Amino acid sequence: MIEALGFEFFRNALIAGLLAAIACGVIGSFVVVKRMASLAGGISHAAFGGIGLGYFLGIDPLAGAAVVALGTSAATAWIRMKAHQHLDTLVGAVWATGMAAGILFIYITPGFAPDLFSYLFGNILLVPRDTLLMMGVLTAGICGIVAILYPHLVAVTFDEEYASVMDLHPDRIMVILLLLTGLTVVMLIQIVGIILVIALLTLPAATARLFSHSMKTMILVASLLGIFFTTTGIWLSYAFDIPSGATIVIVSACIYFGALPLQRRIGNRRESV
Amino acid sequence: MNAKPPVIEVEHVNLGQHGHPVLEDVSLTVNEHEFHAIIGPNGGGKTTLLKVILGLIRPDSGMVRVMGGTPHEMRAHLGYVPQFRTFDFQFPISVEDMVVSGRLGHLESPFRRLSREDREAADEAMSTMEITHLKDRPIHDISGGERQRAIIARALAGKPSVLLLDEPTVYVDSPTAERFYDILSRLRESMTIVLVTHDITALSPDVTHISCVNRRLFTHHDNQITEEMIKGAYHCPVDLIAHGVPHRVIHDHDNRVFGGRR
Repeated sequence: MIEALGFEFFRNALIAGLLAAIACGVIGSFVVVKRMASLAGGISHAAFGGIGLGYFLGIDPLAGAAVVALGTSAATAWIRMKAHQHLDTLVGAVWATGMAAGILFIYITPGFAPDLFSYLFGNILLVPRDTLLMMGVLTAGICGIVAILYPHLVAVTFDEEYASVMDLHPDRIMVILLLLTGLTVVMLIQIVGIILVIALLTLPAATARLFSHSMKTMILVASLLGIFFTTTGIWLSYAFDIPSGATIVIVSACIYFGALPLQRRIGNRRESV
Repeated sequence: MNAKPPVIEVEHVNLGQHGHPVLEDVSLTVNEHEFHAIIGPNGGGKTTLLKVILGLIRPDSGMVRVMGGTPHEMRAHLGYVPQFRTFDFQFPISVEDMVVSGRLGHLESPFRRLSREDREAADEAMSTMEITHLKDRPIHDISGGERQRAIIARALAGKPSVLLLDEPTVYVDSPTAERFYDILSRLRESMTIVLVTHDITALSPDVTHISCVNRRLFTHHDNQITEEMIKGAYHCPVDLIAHGVPHRVIHDHDNRVFGGRR
């Protein structure tokens, strides 16, 4: 299978998987510890409305997705500040509304919507070179911002109220974290598609959490796991000619569920010491 | 008495939440080096009052001053020990990292890093709370009493002038609570302490002032619980606690638990 490396599309796919895995490891770790998985799912499904809007307006559907994903992130952060107890229901509403709006936009757009399937389920084997460049810039930006704000991000995700008492402006930090989540989601749409974004954002981080005692190690382990998941998924998808996004997610899920009992054993050993 | 303003001044504070009054005409003064216990039934507004003092909740009317300034201005002087149950102990963080995070409020900007001085303050706080040996352990891996001490150490790392504790003994057994009060009595020498609890049997003998809050606040500038405070705050027969003797101070009954020295 080494001969596959000779193809540019295959090399691009591996690089795209690597970049997405790093962004997922960094942002996904915060999403998991802050219990925002459903929120991330809501943002990604809302982005489908943006894809439909892109088709309707005749612009790049991914640009539409980016605008809607970031808009939803900002709106969510704002609503969180005002009334966080209703967030759960709200996420459900945003989730469904985004999908519904996307379907309606595509329906009223004359002609056929090309690539629609790849936005829903992703196709990492079709990532063009200029997209790769954009992904590189986004990943570097995400890592840079998280590195600068790392102590504040940890403090706010660990204990938002105490962060308020220390005057760390947790509302602002949460706006930044949600916007970064929105950016990551847009990046992941290329790889695993809207429907499976939530898996790549949470599974590597959730697996890493089972073995990590600090956010730093969790981020590192999650990124490495993500690279392993995407690379394995891409190989399998190429070797058996099966959809890449779904394969990556199934690989991630297998490792996650496989690791769950392992963690319990480690936990028990520690307690008995 | 002295030129210094009281550490905490709450004047005629009213606060309603979801259409129900939570605090009604509450006034409270805490002076330097007091160990002030605020007792009252669950749902009586104790935690809300603490959050008003911290500036986390804005009252509908009334005034709150901390060391002569607004709670917001004076936050760097406040150490807060929130209720245990609000914590996510599954969070991947070591005891040391949690304690040193209490220094973040002292950074001039989010772009500054923690300095050696910050690390030293955290070390000192951990040694005060006797958890230095746990510093590298993740917080999910230590006992309830150890977690409680880590939460207090985080507040101490900020070198506060006032320490506000919310139900600090709920999840610790009584020997641990006793040790905990030993530590608090040592801390009293360097800071003012305000402690909120619903469990009046768990009060430290070092408490200098007691207030009762149940929507309204009843205070006695002493460390004694009086009949009217209990009646006012708990609306229950006083003889459950003090055998109904009017104005009979409780420490006469059980000096070890309630007693005051001053």
